[in-house]
Amino acid sequence: MSGYPEYMQESLRLVEKTRPERIGKKFPLMSADDKQKILKDWHPDFKEGTKRALRFGPSQGQVMPHEVADILEAHPIIKPGDIDLKHVDYDLDVLVIGAGGAGLTAALLAMENGIELDKILMVQKLRLGDANSKMSQGGIQAADRPNDSPTRHFLDIMGGGQYANKTDLVEALVREGPDVIKWHESLGVMYDKNPDGMMKVESGGGTSRRRMHSCKDYTGLEITRVLLDEFLSRGIPYREFTSVVELLTDDTGQVAGAVLLDMDSDEYLVARAKSTILATGGFGRLHIQGFATTNHYGSTADGVALAYHVGAYLRDLDSTQFHPTGAAFPEQIVGQLCTEALRGRGSQPLNRLGELFVNSLETRDVESSAFIRECYDRNNGIVTETGMRGVWLDTPLIDIIQGKGSTEREFSAMMRMWGKYNVDIRKEPMLVFPTLHYQNGGVEINPQCETSVPGLFAAGEVCGGIHGKNRLMGNSQLDLYVFGRRAGRYAAERARKVTVGKLTLGHIKRYEKWLADTGVKTDRKAPMLLPEYRGKKTLEHQLKIL
Amino acid sequence: MMEKDKKMVTIYVMGKKHRVPADLTIMKAMEYAGHQFRRGAGCRGGFCGSCATIYRRKGSYKLLGALACQKMVEDGMYIAQIPFSPAEKKTYKLDELKADAATFLVYYPEIARCLACNTCTKACPQDLQVMDFVQAALRGDITTVAKLSFDCLSCGLCAVRCPAEIVPYNVGQLGRRLYSRYVVGPTEHVLVRVQEVEEGKFDEEIKNLRALDKAGLKKLYDARDMEA
Repeated sequence: MSGYPEYMQESLRLVEKTRPERIGKKFPLMSADDKQKILKDWHPDFKEGTKRALRFGPSQGQVMPHEVADILEAHPIIKPGDIDLKHVDYDLDVLVIGAGGAGLTAALLAMENGIELDKILMVQKLRLGDANSKMSQGGIQAADRPNDSPTRHFLDIMGGGQYANKTDLVEALVREGPDVIKWHESLGVMYDKNPDGMMKVESGGGTSRRRMHSCKDYTGLEITRVLLDEFLSRGIPYREFTSVVELLTDDTGQVAGAVLLDMDSDEYLVARAKSTILATGGFGRLHIQGFATTNHYGSTADGVALAYHVGAYLRDLDSTQFHPTGAAFPEQIVGQLCTEALRGRGSQPLNRLGELFVNSLETRDVESSAFIRECYDRNNGIVTETGMRGVWLDTPLIDIIQGKGSTEREFSAMMRMWGKYNVDIRKEPMLVFPTLHYQNGGVEINPQCETSVPGLFAAGEVCGGIHGKNRLMGNSQLDLYVFGRRAGRYAAERARKVTVGKLTLGHIKRYEKWLADTGVKTDRKAPMLLPEYRGKKTLEHQLKIL
Repeated sequence: MMEKDKKMVTIYVMGKKHRVPADLTIMKAMEYAGHQFRRGAGCRGGFCGSCATIYRRKGSYKLLGALACQKMVEDGMYIAQIPFSPAEKKTYKLDELKADAATFLVYYPEIARCLACNTCTKACPQDLQVMDFVQAALRGDITTVAKLSFDCLSCGLCAVRCPAEIVPYNVGQLGRRLYSRYVVGPTEHVLVRVQEVEEGKFDEEIKNLRALDKAGLKKLYDARDMEA
C-alpha cells in the first residue's frame, strides 16, 4: 500500500517506470560557471530583500539575514544594576556554555589539561547532550584511507566553501580528522566497518574521496552519547536547564565568566571564570526566510548575540546552509532531515516525470538550488495539498544497488521516520525539499579557538570561518571535536596564566549606547533562549519562500 | 488550509482539557494549547529522547508510551510527560573494564532481577528488543547488547515501566562502549594515518596549498579527480 495520496500516484508510476534505466546512471556534475549561475539565480542566500547590513559594533556593515540582525539589534535581557556582581556563585577556571558535541569535548579536554574538577562548570539550557550534534545522521569526514589525504580534504573544503574559509582553521580540521576518529574509538564509539576491518566509508556532496564515516544513520547520536557517558563518568560538574543571559567582563575588558539563569527558579547566578567557552550551536530556530528547519529546539543563536554584546567579530553570516533533502511530505515531518548518505548510497533526486535533473552529489548549496529551480522555474515539482512543493528522492535504489537489506541495516532512523507515515522507503521514494540546516558563519575564531575578545573561546556551529560560505556534509561533526578539543586545551592553558579583575557588565552600557546612537528602536531582547511556538505560532514556519 | 477547516480533537494534558487540531504531534498540540517547553522538548525529530510521554486512549486501560515529537494526538487522549527518569548512571573507567558478563553485574547488578516479562520491549518507542539485550548482558554477550541497543535514545520509558527496576538504557550504553573498545578495537588504517600526520608527511603539501590564492586553488579544485 502506498503512503502517498492518490494525486501523487501518477508521478510515482513514472518514477517506477524510469527506475530500471536509471540504475548506475549519473547526471553530469555542473561546470564551475553553471554552479555560480544557479546559486545566484536560485539559492535563498541570493534572494533580494532577505538581509541587511549590521548598523553598529565591530562587525558593522556585515550583511546577514534579517532574522540574525534582529537578535543583534536587540536589547540585552539584563541591565547592569540587576545583578550583584560581588556575590559570586561559581569561581571557575573554565566555564563551558552548551553541552553538545563541542561543549562536552571541551570540558573533557579542559579536565585532561589539568583543570581541577571543582574549577570546571558546564551549563546547558536544556538537557546534557541535547543539541544538533545528536541529530546528525549521515557521517563524519576524516581523510584516513590510503587513497585519501588531509590535503585532498583541504581542497574539497575550500572549493565547497567558495574559497571564503580561513585556511588556518581548515588545516587544523583536516590534520586532526584521523586523530579524532582514533580518539572516538578509544572511547568506545561504534563506527561502521567492513568485514575486513576497514572503515565503511561513503561519498558526500563535493567530496572527491569516500571519507564519510558513519554509525548507521545515528552518527551524531552515537558519538554524543559516548562523550556524555565519559563526561558523567569523570564527574565533571554541570548544571542543566541553566542558560546564559549575558557574558561578564572585568575591568581590563576581558571576558570573565557569565550571568546564568536557572530556567526552573528564574534566578540569576554569577559564574566568574578565567576562560569561557561558547559552544552554543547554531540558528535554525530563527527560521531564516520562514524556512522549516532540521534543527534542535535550542538552536536560537544565543552565542552569536552573547559574543557580539562583548564586541567579538563575526563572519560569513551572510550565508546559510539549506540541506537539499528535508522532508516535504507529510505535513508532520516537513523540514526534517533526510540524510545525505541516502544519496551517497545511490538514491537519485527526480522530478515529477521521474527524470534525473541534477547529479546527486553536488555540494549542498548547488544541490538545493537545483531542487528549487526544478520546482519553481521548471514547474517539475510535486505539489502537496498544502501548496508545498518537492522532488522525489528515489530511495528504493539503495537496496537494488547495495543489496537487499541494506536500507534496513544502514538507515533505521529513516525507515522509522517515514514508516510512521506509511512510506516504506525501500519501496517508495521520499518527497523532499531544501530545509534550513546550518549556520555557516558565526563568531570568528583562530586555530586556538580564541575569539577577538580575550578570555572568550568558541567551538562548534557558533563559530565562523571553518566552512566558508558552504559546509560539506560530515565536516560539522568533525569540527565539533577538532575545535572542541582545541578550545578545552587552550582555555585550560589560559586559565593557568591569567587573573580576573573586578567583574563588570559595562559592555551592556556600551551596547545600549550603540543601539541608541544608531537609532535602533525595538522591544526585542536577546539572547532568545527559547523559540516561541505557543498557540497558533505552532502552525506557522511552514514554507513561505518564493 | 484554513484553521477553521481543520479537524479538531480533545486531549487532556496533565488532566487539563484542550481542543487541538487533529493533525498535530503531541508536542505541537501542547504548544498549540499554550505550553512553552522548558524541558520535555529537544531535537523534535525523534533523535534525542527528551520528550518521553505516557498516555491512555479513550476507553482503554492500557498505559502506553511515545515520544511527544513523534506521536500524533488522538481524540480523548490523556497525556503526561516524563522528561526525566530517575536513575543513577554508574561511573567507570573504560580503560580498566573487562568485556564480560561480570562487568554488567558489577555496575548494574539489578539486571539479574529481570523477570523476562518483556514490558520494557513493549514500552520502547523505537521498537527495540529491550528485554533481549538485557538478557544478553546477563549472558555476557556484548555483541548482542551493542547491536540490539544501538538505536536507543535513552528516553527512559523502559526504565519507568520495568517491574524489576532495571535501567536498560544504561546497560546498553555500557555494552556499546565495551563492544567498540574491546570486541572490535581500533582501525589499523586510522592509526597509520595518524602517525603519518604526526611525522609531517603532509606538511609540505598543505603548506603549498595554503600559499595559493583563490585562482590557484580553484584550478586545482576544478581539476581534481573524483572517486566513484
